[in-house]
Amino acid sequence: MRMVVAIIRPEKFDDIKAGLEAKGIVGMTVTEVRGRGAQKGISLQFRGKSMPVDLIPKLKLEMVVKAADVDAVIQAIRDAGRTGKYGDGKIIVMPVEAIYKVRTDESESSGG
Amino acid sequence: MAIDTGDTAFILICTALVMLMTPGVGLFYGGLVRRKNFISMIALAFIAFSVVTIQWVLFGYSLAFGSDIGGLIGNLEFFALRGVGMGGEGIPDLLFMVFQLVFAGLTLAIVTSGVAERVKVGSFIVFGLLWTTLVYDPLAHWAWGGGWAAQLGALDFAGGTVVHISSGFAALALALVIGKRVGFGAYGMEPHNIPMTLLGGALLWFGWFGFNAGSALAANGLAANAFVVTNVSAAAGALAWLFAAWIRGKPSSVGMISGAIAGLVAITPAAGFVDAMSAIAIGAVAGIICYAALLFRVGRGLDESLDAWAVHGVGGVWGALATGIFAVAAVGGVDGLIYGNVSQFFIQMIDVAVVVVYAFVVTFVLAKIVDMTLGLRVSEEEEYVGLDISQHGESTQV
Repeated sequence: MRMVVAIIRPEKFDDIKAGLEAKGIVGMTVTEVRGRGAQKGISLQFRGKSMPVDLIPKLKLEMVVKAADVDAVIQAIRDAGRTGKYGDGKIIVMPVEAIYKVRTDESESSGG
Repeated sequence: MAIDTGDTAFILICTALVMLMTPGVGLFYGGLVRRKNFISMIALAFIAFSVVTIQWVLFGYSLAFGSDIGGLIGNLEFFALRGVGMGGEGIPDLLFMVFQLVFAGLTLAIVTSGVAERVKVGSFIVFGLLWTTLVYDPLAHWAWGGGWAAQLGALDFAGGTVVHISSGFAALALALVIGKRVGFGAYGMEPHNIPMTLLGGALLWFGWFGFNAGSALAANGLAANAFVVTNVSAAAGALAWLFAAWIRGKPSSVGMISGAIAGLVAITPAAGFVDAMSAIAIGAVAGIICYAALLFRVGRGLDESLDAWAVHGVGGVWGALATGIFAVAAVGGVDGLIYGNVSQFFIQMIDVAVVVVYAFVVTFVLAKIVDMTLGLRVSEEEEYVGLDISQHGESTQV
């Protein structure tokens, strides 16, 4: 299993969600976050003075998926989330040790 | 006639009630936009009120209520409030001036609907000054200052043409000039704070009692009638829109409060001329046709963002026509269509047609001029970040 964490543009969320659903990925946790990348946010110009807007609102999606599905998830987020401009976000993939369901005593193996 | 202290006390309070409608519009609109433009929407309402206040005491009041020039505009006899003092007939002249001021301020605040989430503050101030001078002041003169509409016998008790048709069609013209928001139709632009919109709507409903009852300019039976029909029409509009939205899915609270405002808009010109039973019909029809106008607007892909056109413009047209239909001599001394007075209905139609065309065309030209000189719209990057930060350097987020 893998944890896929994606930082995305909030306005692209509906498209990305639909794209993931088309690939059978339904479960996710969504958080409103703010952050900046290598461009250090956006710099607005006002009559010659620059005004940095350091931290831009983004959404963070967290999904645990099978290792075999990771490429499809990444592709779905890229297809639906890309504008080609700075600020489209990042996708991070991490290994998952174990998953325990709270409702039952089930646990899912970390392999696969 | 000397000053009447009862009337004066009543109109002082009504004036304060109407003032509260301006931030009410700000909160109503602020809840409907995305969070990054929340402060901007509220601020634009206050800015509109402040710009109009200064314009009105300098020359706006005189243009609207000065001695008539050719039926079109007032002269400058009251420039800088010269001759407008503490004396008067029934209520002080100064009080009449400020009661009319709060109407003018509110009207410009409604116009901000057309440029929500994408206007430069500086350009809006220039546009607002031009608009209130060249659109609002002449319309106020036509209806109430002895202009051609008043001479013709057109009925407009509290501002169906002056406030609502003018602001609604102005917002539409402005939206066409400034263009759609980036991502309109592609991204979700759901309201970010519906309770705030409901609070703004509640303040509007509350303030509207001052707006309509105060337009009797005295604490009398006519004011009581206006108060009652205002409340009845609002309730009928709220339920009509609620049920219409229910048929299409859920009974949305934003639809309910929009319907209440549609009912309030439509009863505004009629409040001193119709009875409570007619107010039910006027409000209910307003709720339905304003909702239909909203669906039409969305279907056409027009980004008149917060529906000033659908609610105030279309509701105002219906209200002005409904005044000519439902007026009853027992209330305001004039009969309408259903009591056999066909000519009153035709007078209302002429008034509506002229005001719609005048407000739309003049606003379109003014907006084009401001757009070509100062630029109406912020840059794409500023729009993306939101006007709270890009225009005001402030944010609702910690």
